[in-house]
Amino acid sequence: MDVSIKILRYDPESDRKGHWENYIVDAEPEERILDLLHKIKWFEDGSLSFRKSCAHGVCGSDAMVINGENMLACQVLVKEVGNSLKIEPIRGLPVVKDLIVDMEPFFDSYKKVMPYLINEKEPGDRERLQSPEDRDRFEDTTKCILCAACTTSCPVFWTAESYVGPAAIVNAHRFVFDSRDEGSKQRLEILKDVNGAFRCRTAFNCTSACPRGIQVTKAIEDIKRETLLNN
Amino acid sequence: MKVIKHSFDGVIVGAGGAGLRAAIEAAPHMKLAVITKLYPTRSHTGAAQGGMSAALANVEEDNWNWHAFDTVKGSDYLADQPAVDILCKEAIDAVIELEHWGLPFSRLDNGKIAQRRFGGHTVKEGTSPAFRACYAADRTGHMILQTLYQKCVSMGVTFFDEFQVLDIKIEDGICQGVVAYELATGDIHIFETRAVTFATGGFGKIFKVSSNAHSLTGDGPGILYQKGIPLEDMEFYQFHPTGIYRLGILLSEAARGEGGILRNKDGERFMERYAPSIKDLAPRDMVSRAIATEISAGNGAGPDSDYVYLDLTHLGAETIKKKLPDITDFVRTYVKIEPIEEPIPVQPTAHYAMGGIPTDVNSRVLSDEKGTVLPGVYAAGEAACVSVHGANRLGTNSLLDIVVFGKRAGQSMVDYVTQTKPNQLSDNASNDLTKKITNLIEKEHTNEFSVAKIRKDLQDSMEENAKIFRTKETLEKQTEILEELRERYENVTIYDKGKVHNSELVEAIELDYLLDMSEATVSSALARNESRGAHSRQDYPDRDDTNFMKHSFAFKNENSANLKYRDVELGKYEPMERKY
Repeated sequence: MDVSIKILRYDPESDRKGHWENYIVDAEPEERILDLLHKIKWFEDGSLSFRKSCAHGVCGSDAMVINGENMLACQVLVKEVGNSLKIEPIRGLPVVKDLIVDMEPFFDSYKKVMPYLINEKEPGDRERLQSPEDRDRFEDTTKCILCAACTTSCPVFWTAESYVGPAAIVNAHRFVFDSRDEGSKQRLEILKDVNGAFRCRTAFNCTSACPRGIQVTKAIEDIKRETLLNN
Repeated sequence: MKVIKHSFDGVIVGAGGAGLRAAIEAAPHMKLAVITKLYPTRSHTGAAQGGMSAALANVEEDNWNWHAFDTVKGSDYLADQPAVDILCKEAIDAVIELEHWGLPFSRLDNGKIAQRRFGGHTVKEGTSPAFRACYAADRTGHMILQTLYQKCVSMGVTFFDEFQVLDIKIEDGICQGVVAYELATGDIHIFETRAVTFATGGFGKIFKVSSNAHSLTGDGPGILYQKGIPLEDMEFYQFHPTGIYRLGILLSEAARGEGGILRNKDGERFMERYAPSIKDLAPRDMVSRAIATEISAGNGAGPDSDYVYLDLTHLGAETIKKKLPDITDFVRTYVKIEPIEEPIPVQPTAHYAMGGIPTDVNSRVLSDEKGTVLPGVYAAGEAACVSVHGANRLGTNSLLDIVVFGKRAGQSMVDYVTQTKPNQLSDNASNDLTKKITNLIEKEHTNEFSVAKIRKDLQDSMEENAKIFRTKETLEKQTEILEELRERYENVTIYDKGKVHNSELVEAIELDYLLDMSEATVSSALARNESRGAHSRQDYPDRDDTNFMKHSFAFKNENSANLKYRDVELGKYEPMERKY
């Protein structure tokens, strides 16, 4: 079937601002949107730029706005979104070219929350023990692939880029609720800041956007509660 | 073209598991840069699912010697046994170390790391399947990648993200540095450095149906091959039995480790006929061949009789949800099937290169079949061939390989850097790469010589002629096709002439590596007149220990490879018939 695709293009070497371009692609209903972008790039217009790698929703390269919603282009099939598509770069991060945005501010926020295990105690020569129940407490937030779909769907982030954003809070959650970690105090101190968790207005956009099904808004609420309890 | 120069003691190319593990080892001791064409967390280590084996004995009695026995037998006796001993012995500490760094392994009720069954892993040298694979649900690779990256962030490791290394400078047989292309700007960066580790992963994109990411184009092996460094054991390429039909997306062996069963169109559990004792948990080469055999015997399912079923319906919703959440989600997303209720259509998918850049057990790159070390150059992970996997890798052993030999690459870099002085690289070090890029930019674009068309013909033909079953005839046919494709590649053109994120330009250069990998694979396969592990020649169906207990070394020639050989390093396990 023919699928009509409108893509918001921008080439910093020749355009002053973005413009829409239309493409018609012959596609099967089972094909991924990423496959369609490849058909354009490989056989029609080699200058179309987008990130991609694993092509099955685990590397987090190809988050983009498809018909108004943040999705991974490799995780959505034609039959789910229909034969008329509008594709734009994710919002709130500077566009570099076409569907590619500058990810540096996103990763800077991630690094701010100390996303690594903090435990000064000598662990010995075997594994630390952790009960399955303790392990389950942070199961959901270990799934994050740092694709930025959540952060760039957040209306607070759109207006205040200083906000650390949902993804950074998810990655703090992954350690705050890990029974082996001892760095919660420092992390919660960071997230108590004016640009931390309390900027969240529970719009739930992040939860809808997450391609890994993480309950992002719930994770943010968990962090808010923990911050209050910690005070 | 703007050229920027940097000076480091050591550079690691690739930021998957092997590259990051090397970085953790090397960073405290030198000025180190990690260069990756992606962001580190996009690396394909993150797609690994089922587990990482180590004889922790958390569930039942186990011993690293049994793990070594299984690995050697699984390799069809082509692995070097001293290297396998290192892999299996150091596996235990490697898993514990990852746990200490925060890796969220699944846990047993007593709080210890959970372990599951996996193909080809047994207790007491073949008695029964072993609970040896340490796992974090079915996203173990994701957790390893995240944990190693988190550790690097905590250490303040320097990364050059979305920079692609495209050349190495070797003068008088000694490494002097690498040259990279910055994707966001099109600028050229010279990295003056005396120690380089290649951890660029595999090259599954030589085939049409593959579990590999688009980024897996053999860059590291390609760069060295073009400089006259050989590639070892390239005829051994692993096809994973259970890729999602047509898409090739991986469905972990953990599915069968948890009790999943392969069935043909009649619902028969056909693996009972091929591996009576361990059935569906036979090593991957055997299961993939069994599926291919079922399909050619007319036992395949579907309108084209070209797939079999992976049946999980008897496992129950709870096991599936807890232990196999990701792969069952892939099935729901891409096939729209509910795996709790319906069997899944699968076919073998190109998965893993046993071959690659030859190294010794300290991850030092070898420049010939005699074992001559190339000073300052290291390789680890799928890009390298130690060889611990021989003719067929056991499931879970790749995640082991990346941490054990990634660490050793880092240690070797430290040893070398502390024994040598900083070097200098002249400003014209980027000339070769600049010329290559300028040629591509200046040549007028024609559809006939587009990157995508040549690549598609390459992938289609490799799929047809050099996949699971091979013969002299198919390999000779493929040799001719590769010659034609190489001629077409000489005229390759690109449409995008810009500097910013010109991924078409990069894909054109990657295609050169894909052609190299294919040429080395086909030449090595044509010369090996036997069937061993993943290399299955229908015209030579038996293993030939008299003539082929040896590793191949392919040296780049015009459109093919010159082959030399080195004897396998044996140990305590005598080659015997491989039955399961």
